Amino acid sequence: MAATALRRNIMRTLLTTLGIVIDVAAVITMMEIGNGASLAIQRTLTSLGANTLVIIPGAQNVGGINYGIGSQTTLSPNDADAIAKACPAVSAVAPIVRARAQIVYGNKNWVPTYIQGSTPSFLQVRDWTTMAEGEAFTEHDVLNASKVCMVGKTIVRELFAGHSPIGKEIRVRNVAFKVIGVLSQKGANMMGQDQDDIVLAPWTTIKYRVVATTLSGGNQSTTNTSNVTEVNSLTMMYPNISTSLYPTQSTNEAADLPQPIRFANVDQNLTTARGPAWIQAAIEQITDVIRENHHLRPTVLDDFRVRDMTEITKAMSSTTELITRLLMYVAMISLVVGGVGIMNIMLVSVTERTREIGLRMAVGAEPNDILRQFLIEAVVLCLAGGIMGIIVGRGASMLVSRVLHWPTAPSMGAIIAAVVVSASVGVIFGFYPAWKGSRLDPIDALRYE
Amino acid sequence: MDNLIELRNIYKTYHLGEVDLPVLKGISLEIERGELVTLMGASGSGKSTLMHILGCLDHPTSGEYWLDGRETSRFGPKERARLRNRIIGFVFQSFNLLSRTTALENVVMPLSYTRERLAEHQKRQRAVEMLEKVGLAGRVHHHPSQLSGGEQQRVAIARSLINQPEVLLADEPTGNLDSHTSEEILEMFQQLNKDEGITIILVTHDPGVARHARRTIRIKDGLIEGTV
Repeated sequence: MAATALRRNIMRTLLTTLGIVIDVAAVITMMEIGNGASLAIQRTLTSLGANTLVIIPGAQNVGGINYGIGSQTTLSPNDADAIAKACPAVSAVAPIVRARAQIVYGNKNWVPTYIQGSTPSFLQVRDWTTMAEGEAFTEHDVLNASKVCMVGKTIVRELFAGHSPIGKEIRVRNVAFKVIGVLSQKGANMMGQDQDDIVLAPWTTIKYRVVATTLSGGNQSTTNTSNVTEVNSLTMMYPNISTSLYPTQSTNEAADLPQPIRFANVDQNLTTARGPAWIQAAIEQITDVIRENHHLRPTVLDDFRVRDMTEITKAMSSTTELITRLLMYVAMISLVVGGVGIMNIMLVSVTERTREIGLRMAVGAEPNDILRQFLIEAVVLCLAGGIMGIIVGRGASMLVSRVLHWPTAPSMGAIIAAVVVSASVGVIFGFYPAWKGSRLDPIDALRYE
Repeated sequence: MDNLIELRNIYKTYHLGEVDLPVLKGISLEIERGELVTLMGASGSGKSTLMHILGCLDHPTSGEYWLDGRETSRFGPKERARLRNRIIGFVFQSFNLLSRTTALENVVMPLSYTRERLAEHQKRQRAVEMLEKVGLAGRVHHHPSQLSGGEQQRVAIARSLINQPEVLLADEPTGNLDSHTSEEILEMFQQLNKDEGITIILVTHDPGVARHARRTIRIKDGLIEGTV
């Protein structure tokens, strides 16, 4: 009966529900964008390795002065071996050496986002074991510092114009690398960086042949800048001694914190825990192992940090969550406005149909019947608006994802919430007009002009 | 003696702020089952008020109203609504049909307030029967805007009969109709009264209408004429 009543004046029905339609559509679009964003984070997380733990060298903190993360050259590939052997919660570990350089092939050149040196287990840690072409380098290559590398799809596109690079040679800072494999496509990570823009080689090759710094240097990547692109055969054979950007330990400090002389240090260690449940255990085990390996006494602070992905994702998602929540509050307010519009129109409708109400009462309608009738009409009105809003919202979010290329994902929860909320708005804001109608005196109502 | 309606010393006074307006000042009358009576009076005589009380749209300030064996003067709004649904049928001067609704749906309307629920198809069947009874079998799906005045009034009559009431109250039923159509409608009332045995009270100020009833009750200044 309510539907018939609404159909009698379609134009008015449409205009009344416009407020609700726009509001619900906005909420749906927003929630889908928010959902899409968090799903994108999840996806990048999985591709990055949800169970990945990053171990970075700590900050040198002596005498109250903190020299910043990475100022100590304290992570060594021995740590990686020790972790692999002694941490059951860890499924794979790989040391990483980073570099930033120009790579050249023929007449094309490019500066990849990532030039990384590691061991074969890197592929396991990063969940990147399927190669698109060719094969990965081996432990043997790491031991020999072989000049072999794998490249990502972007490098294939930029340097090789899409042709297979296998067997070809690229020059990284004048070191010739033979390409032996192409990594499968990964896409962009959650920070927008192209994960396929990568050259992967044994860390020994990168460290000793490409970057060519010694142990006395600080963080690898920072000291790169002092290495000029000098083409000199001597540079290739003998490692440069470069200036260090971070202070080195004085003799006193060295005496306080005795460390065996390392012949190698790495920028990071990347590890994967066996599963999300193992992450805490893995962090503890790794901490213990490295402390022992670094011969740290119980009172000494860690000279490294173990970071897991949740910190990063929390930081990432906190922004989106904040924005989503803010927009939700705005939506709530506009919903109230829409509800007031509904109440307004229902009041007008009741007044307009005074004679009808009088007639209904004359043929036997009780006040409660009238109340129920108009309440249901209000709810149906709002539900119709809500459903239309859901359709418009889905359409808008599809438009957004197509035109702006933002990730959107349909959220069932948002749809259910929209339906429930629009029905409630109908009940709450439709109640007063319905109640007014039910209170009419039939005699006066019948006489109403 | 089978009195469908018995009014005993009915008073109705309206309280408008500090002023009391007595409209009915002691009405007593009896109407038997199956009668066709006219209620006549000038405007201001209390005719409308009496009709409202007879139709249970309003309650008397004092006195008794026996309807179909029940004393209804103290009934609350809900009970009176129920009486209006089952016992009393209304026909109005301005038809009071729902616009943009078919004749069938108009006639079915009182059934949505009937406590004893009928199935949808049963409701429709009854409505069609009623429309046939008033001679509108071919107009079942028309909207009021597509019907003439006489036809609209007939739809209203069909609506008033849908629940087989004991008494039909018609308030100036021919007021908005031309003389020819009026005649048709009044004849229909007579026919319904004769064939169905339904009690009909016509409220009017037109003596031409009153002629169609066997008995005329006149009201003047809140009292039945002839009462001391």
